[in-house]
Amino acid sequence: MSKHSETAVTDDATGGMVKAESHGLMHDSRKRRILGDVLAHLFLAVMAVIWLIPIVWVFAESFNKNTAPYTKTFFPTEFSLDNYIALFTDKSVLDFPKMFANTFIVACFTCVISIAFVLSVAYCMSRLRFRTRRTFMNVVLILGMFPGIMAVSAIYFILKAMGLTGDGMTILALILVYSAGTGAGFYVMKGYMDTIPTSLDEAALLDGCTRLQVFTKIIVPICKPMIVYQAIIGFLTPWLDFVMAKVICRTQSNYTVALGLWLMLQKEYIQNWYARFAAAAVLISIPIAILFIVMQRFYQESMAGSVKG
Amino acid sequence: MTSATLSPREMKRRRRMGADYVAPSPYSVRNALTRGDVFTKLSALVFGLGNLVRKQFVKGALFLALEIAFIVFMAVSGAGYLSKLPGLGDQKQGKTLVDGFWVYTKGDNSVVILLYGVCTVVLIAAFIVLWAVSVRSAYRAECEAREHGHAPTFREDLHDLTDGRAHQLLMFLPTLGILVFTVLPLIFMISMAFTSYDHDHLVLFDWVGFENFGKVFSNSGGTVNAGLFVSVLVWTLVWAFFATFLNFFLGLFFAMVINRRTTRFKGFWRACFSMSIAVPQFVSLLVMRTMLQPTGAVNRLLMEWGWIDSALPFFTNATWARVTVIIINLWVGIPYTIMQITGILQNIPADLYEAARLDGANWWQIFTQITMPYIIFVLTPYLITTFTGNVNNFNVIYLLSGGDPTPIGSSAGKTDLLITWLYKLTVDKGDYNLGAVIGIMTFIVLAVVSLVTYRNSGSYKNEEAFR
Repeated sequence: MSKHSETAVTDDATGGMVKAESHGLMHDSRKRRILGDVLAHLFLAVMAVIWLIPIVWVFAESFNKNTAPYTKTFFPTEFSLDNYIALFTDKSVLDFPKMFANTFIVACFTCVISIAFVLSVAYCMSRLRFRTRRTFMNVVLILGMFPGIMAVSAIYFILKAMGLTGDGMTILALILVYSAGTGAGFYVMKGYMDTIPTSLDEAALLDGCTRLQVFTKIIVPICKPMIVYQAIIGFLTPWLDFVMAKVICRTQSNYTVALGLWLMLQKEYIQNWYARFAAAAVLISIPIAILFIVMQRFYQESMAGSVKG
Repeated sequence: MTSATLSPREMKRRRRMGADYVAPSPYSVRNALTRGDVFTKLSALVFGLGNLVRKQFVKGALFLALEIAFIVFMAVSGAGYLSKLPGLGDQKQGKTLVDGFWVYTKGDNSVVILLYGVCTVVLIAAFIVLWAVSVRSAYRAECEAREHGHAPTFREDLHDLTDGRAHQLLMFLPTLGILVFTVLPLIFMISMAFTSYDHDHLVLFDWVGFENFGKVFSNSGGTVNAGLFVSVLVWTLVWAFFATFLNFFLGLFFAMVINRRTTRFKGFWRACFSMSIAVPQFVSLLVMRTMLQPTGAVNRLLMEWGWIDSALPFFTNATWARVTVIIINLWVGIPYTIMQITGILQNIPADLYEAARLDGANWWQIFTQITMPYIIFVLTPYLITTFTGNVNNFNVIYLLSGGDPTPIGSSAGKTDLLITWLYKLTVDKGDYNLGAVIGIMTFIVLAVVSLVTYRNSGSYKNEEAFR
């Protein structure tokens, strides 16, 4: 399948590349293709460099011996592992290991809860027919249009009224905040479930399964690729979110990694912490990179539909 | 139920929804109150009575317990919260001299009063729903007892929850989560738009009606005025347009170049571009911000090479800053588009292309007649969500430019979106009322743009097309 479409796409792109060339060239398909190839690869190479430079720079900077931000050269000249060691041993100013642990705990819980929520809502929306279904979908759509930032301070007041903003309760508050609303993000999962043939459900129902059993025994196993996708999204939220955490975590001992990294680049810290910031960024990027590589495969599978025709 | 007994409204609904239509339950509140027996009617006052009479003890007791709990709550505190809601409290914190000691009397806190008031109102709404549910449940028990000799037992009800009414079981917790952490904060925040909760009235404030809307839409010269609002709104829309469509078309171009048959190392190129997704967005944004400062790496290098004499004004000149954020957003966004479009390109039925080529179509005709329509069809909902996402794109603007450059005395910078302006007004300045007004306006803009487009898109109208 993919082979065919690649053939098709080829012609578009090649054609586009040589449109400006002379008439004779247009008719020599071999020369045309070679020219197209050269241009395409050149283009990709230049763009790849542009995309990779900042990443390579962060990686190089994390080994920089000089910890100040504004150095003479673009890439560091002297390398050492000091930044990584200091990140985990020097807890006097910013306690990075603690932040890492906080975020990890929050991420695990958010991941599990968000999978459960999204799966059940998506199943109801895709498979069950009840009177409030359309209403629910429209309401969720409308709620999604309210700027999320608007609710941030309101959520803080609510958590405060619940007594969840004190020391030690912040982790619970973060878990609640990150996972409570995840049911609204059912659209992608529902789209995937919509491609599962209903004949599977019908067969199971005829065999005496309840709707819940159809859900747990048939739909959930088929949705495995999307569950991985959802798991990764859920797991990443606490690592990447910055706004919500900033409002909820008022004391430094409760900070998540994102807040810690942001703090390292503030005026008070940047002189000493710039290289360590890069080191911390590399540390959290590695697991995320691995997750994304895994995800990409499932992501493309999900675009291709659940049951291949 | 036959169509003859449906009301005109139901008939219309049924015609509109087609196969999706679900007939209304015969156990409605109206039927219960007109056709139910005395126990069913009494259930409207004593929740669960009808269930208890029909030997549904657990269910009946649950309804009754919830009703009692609500009444107790209202009597103990709810009524107090409600009575304070219209005035939002006016007791200032004071101190009085008692026996030679200063004794502090606790003043009112309007935010707390407002929050508890809003919560109480929501609870009352929930109670009304509970009332309807209990009346209907009583009527249902009555009918089923009449038909089958006994009402469903608790065990049968539980089984029904896993089968016929599985949606109630599955949707309960997610909906509760959305209600408490999305809807409730929104109601709370929206109500703030009608109060005088700003930096001058942080403890005690009052309802002021539409005064704040007047402030935002007048040219009285305050920190928030119509001129500023319009300029921020226009920039927000320009930003969202460029961020969405430049990303889409350039990403499409990249994906097509990578997907050419003769392009070598396809996986390698895709991996190169996906690398930037792997780095958390706020990290790359903060790094870029530091690099583009007047004394940052980019400016210093360019000056050392002798290409420029003075630092380039990346975030100090309005036009420069605007172009810079759009370009950096391309760096952030294109990899996602590539990922998305690659999958779709590979799914376009190949016979469409073959047929087109047999008919003598050139590459441009193939592109405009086949590739684009297909991608647009699949990606319309995605484009709309991206557009709304970009209108609400807090991270890129806040972490990259912080809204700078900001003219002196202005509350919004030249690159501030509505959303970052809102954040600055609420979190930094404490003008919650103005922030809430801007939030509501943002919502209206988004709703107008997206609801219309989304409802007209193929994937909404025809969600079962590919089954």
